[in-house]
Amino acid sequence: MLLLTFSDIGLIVTLVIIAAGLGLILKLALKGKEIDRRIIFIFIFFSVASPIIFQIKFSEKATAVVKSIYDKIDNLPEGSKILISFDFDPAMAPEVQPMAIVLGRHALIKGHEVVFMSLWTTGQSLLTEIINEYILPDFPEKQEFIDYVTLGFKAGNEGVLKVIATDFKKMFPVDNNGRPLDSIPIFDGVKSCSDFDLVISIGGGKPGPKEWILFVTDPSNIPMAVGVAAVIAPQMYPYYPAQVLGIMGGVKGAAEYESEFIGNYERFKDMKTPGLLTMGPQTLAHTVIMAFIIIGNIIYFRKRKKEAKS
Amino acid sequence: MKNSLADRSSGGIICAALITIFFFSGPLHSQEDLVSLSVKKIAPPSSLLATDHKYDNGNSISLSWVPSIDDALMNNPIVAYKLYRSSNDTEPNLIAELPPGSSYFLDNGVSTDNSYSYSVSASTNAYEVLSNRTESITPQSEWINYNKKYLFLMVMIISGAIMYFIVSAKRGKELFVRKIAGLEAIDEAVGRATEMGRPIMYIPGIQDMDDVQTIASLTILGRITRTIAEYDSKIFMPVARSLVMTAARETIKASYQAASRPDSYSDDMVNYITDEQFGYVAHVNGLMVREKPATVFLLGAFFAESLILAETGNSIGAIQIAGTARPAQLPFFIAACDFTLIGEELFAASAYLSGEPMQLGSLKGQDVGKAIAMFFVLLGVLAATVSAAWDIELFNNLLDNLNELFS
Amino acid sequence: MRRNIPLAVTFVVGMLLIVSVFLPPIETIGEDFGVFFSIIAVFAFFLGGGNLIKVHFGKIMKKSNDWEFSLVTVVGFFAMLIIGLFKIGAPGDISTSVTAEGSYFQEMFVYLINPLQSTMYALLAFFVASASYRAFRAKNREATILLVAAFIILLGRTPLGMMLTGWIPESFSIFQVPNLAVWIMNSPNLAGQRAIMIGISLGVVAMSLRLILGIERTYLGGDDKG
Repeated sequence: MLLLTFSDIGLIVTLVIIAAGLGLILKLALKGKEIDRRIIFIFIFFSVASPIIFQIKFSEKATAVVKSIYDKIDNLPEGSKILISFDFDPAMAPEVQPMAIVLGRHALIKGHEVVFMSLWTTGQSLLTEIINEYILPDFPEKQEFIDYVTLGFKAGNEGVLKVIATDFKKMFPVDNNGRPLDSIPIFDGVKSCSDFDLVISIGGGKPGPKEWILFVTDPSNIPMAVGVAAVIAPQMYPYYPAQVLGIMGGVKGAAEYESEFIGNYERFKDMKTPGLLTMGPQTLAHTVIMAFIIIGNIIYFRKRKKEAKS
Repeated sequence: MKNSLADRSSGGIICAALITIFFFSGPLHSQEDLVSLSVKKIAPPSSLLATDHKYDNGNSISLSWVPSIDDALMNNPIVAYKLYRSSNDTEPNLIAELPPGSSYFLDNGVSTDNSYSYSVSASTNAYEVLSNRTESITPQSEWINYNKKYLFLMVMIISGAIMYFIVSAKRGKELFVRKIAGLEAIDEAVGRATEMGRPIMYIPGIQDMDDVQTIASLTILGRITRTIAEYDSKIFMPVARSLVMTAARETIKASYQAASRPDSYSDDMVNYITDEQFGYVAHVNGLMVREKPATVFLLGAFFAESLILAETGNSIGAIQIAGTARPAQLPFFIAACDFTLIGEELFAASAYLSGEPMQLGSLKGQDVGKAIAMFFVLLGVLAATVSAAWDIELFNNLLDNLNELFS
Repeated sequence: MRRNIPLAVTFVVGMLLIVSVFLPPIETIGEDFGVFFSIIAVFAFFLGGGNLIKVHFGKIMKKSNDWEFSLVTVVGFFAMLIIGLFKIGAPGDISTSVTAEGSYFQEMFVYLINPLQSTMYALLAFFVASASYRAFRAKNREATILLVAAFIILLGRTPLGMMLTGWIPESFSIFQVPNLAVWIMNSPNLAGQRAIMIGISLGVVAMSLRLILGIERTYLGGDDKG
């Protein structure tokens, strides 16, 4: 017996509506009429909203460039020190926040000591939100200062990086709540960024992953992984694999990491996977964009034919 | 008591490990060896050497040692190497813990005011065995970093070439600079706004004055506002940084003065909106839709907002001239704007618009840099390809040298 | 005089920063200048903030066009400033972090700024679609290559790519769309990007030399005559 889930029905309804709409537009296109941008906007809205409403998910498999980050965190010995910098703002958050969440979870479940920080003004509030609402509820046993610590935001952009590359406490004498770093167990034996076993920057703007590579991890030869907005990913490839061990690009990168993580950790099998969920809208929106590109070309060739005739 | 118990238990582990090795490696170890090893502690790391790290400011010391021989064993008992530093013969402090297999460390926590001695220990879960302590060493500061000699050479060649062409242009040598369509269109774009009686909008990116793209943008602004002042058109410029606001006001004011129209200038032409990226974008988009500028300049450092701004400009039918040195944003500008200055063209724009021989000379000098880059790219591709395909020593060496040159 | 002092400062600082790369005793001078810049930029914010208030307050007073928007700006500005400055709602005393759980600043951030910024960023999805519709047309050979590459990337970034071409055997896996997309990004795209980056770097060198030597002085509000 064929059993359709809520998501399946949603997917079918969405595809039918989009196909019917595109069919109508194609009919207009064959007459050589340009499409108003607002019509395109409606289609994009529908193709993005409906997978979220119907919770349509597609399966993903980690590519080598993402898997290498996963393997690095998985294979580091327990108690390794990992520095994760949230170099993004709320605008970029839907794209890169899923990476921050899953990386935080993975690092903590492996028993690593995690230091969170941000180079962006708005990063401080995001740190609070992501750590308290998404990561810590799954780890009631983890203790602040021993298993993780939040340093918050520090102004100075690249200046901050240049300093912490050689002297961490010079730039961050205290943590987010004003507690001296000298009294925080995680910072025992930490003088500079070189004392971390892995540095991860999640972001896409400036300062962000690129500045981390240029000013900190490459000169000091520290293992570095990056999570970036999709549009920035091509700029990261020149650094892979020599200067960065892996790249997560856009929601697809996040989705790949999530699928690897939930596949290997039974405890998180049913966790919320915002990355995988966002792949639904991405897939449908890409399809709609491709359809409109085809329609645009039909209109173009029709017009050219008409002009040639006249 | 606790220690000796622990020693015994780890001895048991070692024993088990050695028995495993015995079974897998055949007659390498005699029964006697096993017995004697099982009661011995692991061997310490040896030959610890502390040397001044060359060509620095006296803030680092290089440490190298030969790892413990037990480090190579199967079921390696060593969990870490611990480095201890004693400054001015005081009590040693732990400065670093390194994974098994390590044999090098660069200590960046030193200064020329003190002398230091070091020891390294191989550490198991139960105990650690210390190496000999090194002689005292005081790090030295050097004046010149010879590790950067190739970089210096490169700087000299490229800067020298630029200077040479500046000087020869000053002496009157004719220089050819290719046409840049986006810059040729500026007069037309300003003229169109004047004819239509609509304003011109100038957006200098969203970075501060410490970004060279913003400075490049302001140099172009200076040239464009001269034309705007001469045509008596209107310009408005929302900015995302306070310093850019003050600098842009000065630039525009000077251009209006140079065009003999100081009375037409007003501080209201440039307004600070917010540092917040999308708050700024929301304001600029609203402004575009309400004011409907005939011409929009988007020149400077742009990020995710590039397409939002450019598409809104496109929707109101403005002529758009854009330019940025952020490669990720170039495709968006090319798709949505009429003209786009790609990367270096943004930096060349002011020189190009000035038409001054000295400025144009600097553009010509860049070509020498490009020729050098092309030569090394071709050489590198050739060396890497031949080396990978046929493993010829000459090309392997060439590749190694190139790697060293650019590392 | 008004222009000579900034030109001299530019020359001295520019040269100092260049040589500092090669001289270890002054190699960190760039960081110090970075800190100076941050301090100056903070003070400049008073100019920016002052200007913002002046402009919008003026609009409200004169009830000029769209003055309602100005009212929202002014109210928003002061609300966020006062709540953040006095850490209203934050647990504990004034030394608590401004973003501590429960502080009104954090609440406003999570429930106002966060969704507003995300909304603006989300506009990209719509504009990418309308821009692609207009830009990707097979007008000539180059545009057609661009169109094909765009299609492969669009497909490759979704599970559809694998669904459509997953049947291609492993020995020809480069022709599977996701792999083809990675190849396009990694090879032709990267080659182009690197060439642009080399051009940009040389452009920056030439521009910086013009600034340091005082040949380019438009940004100082001066004309270009030496």
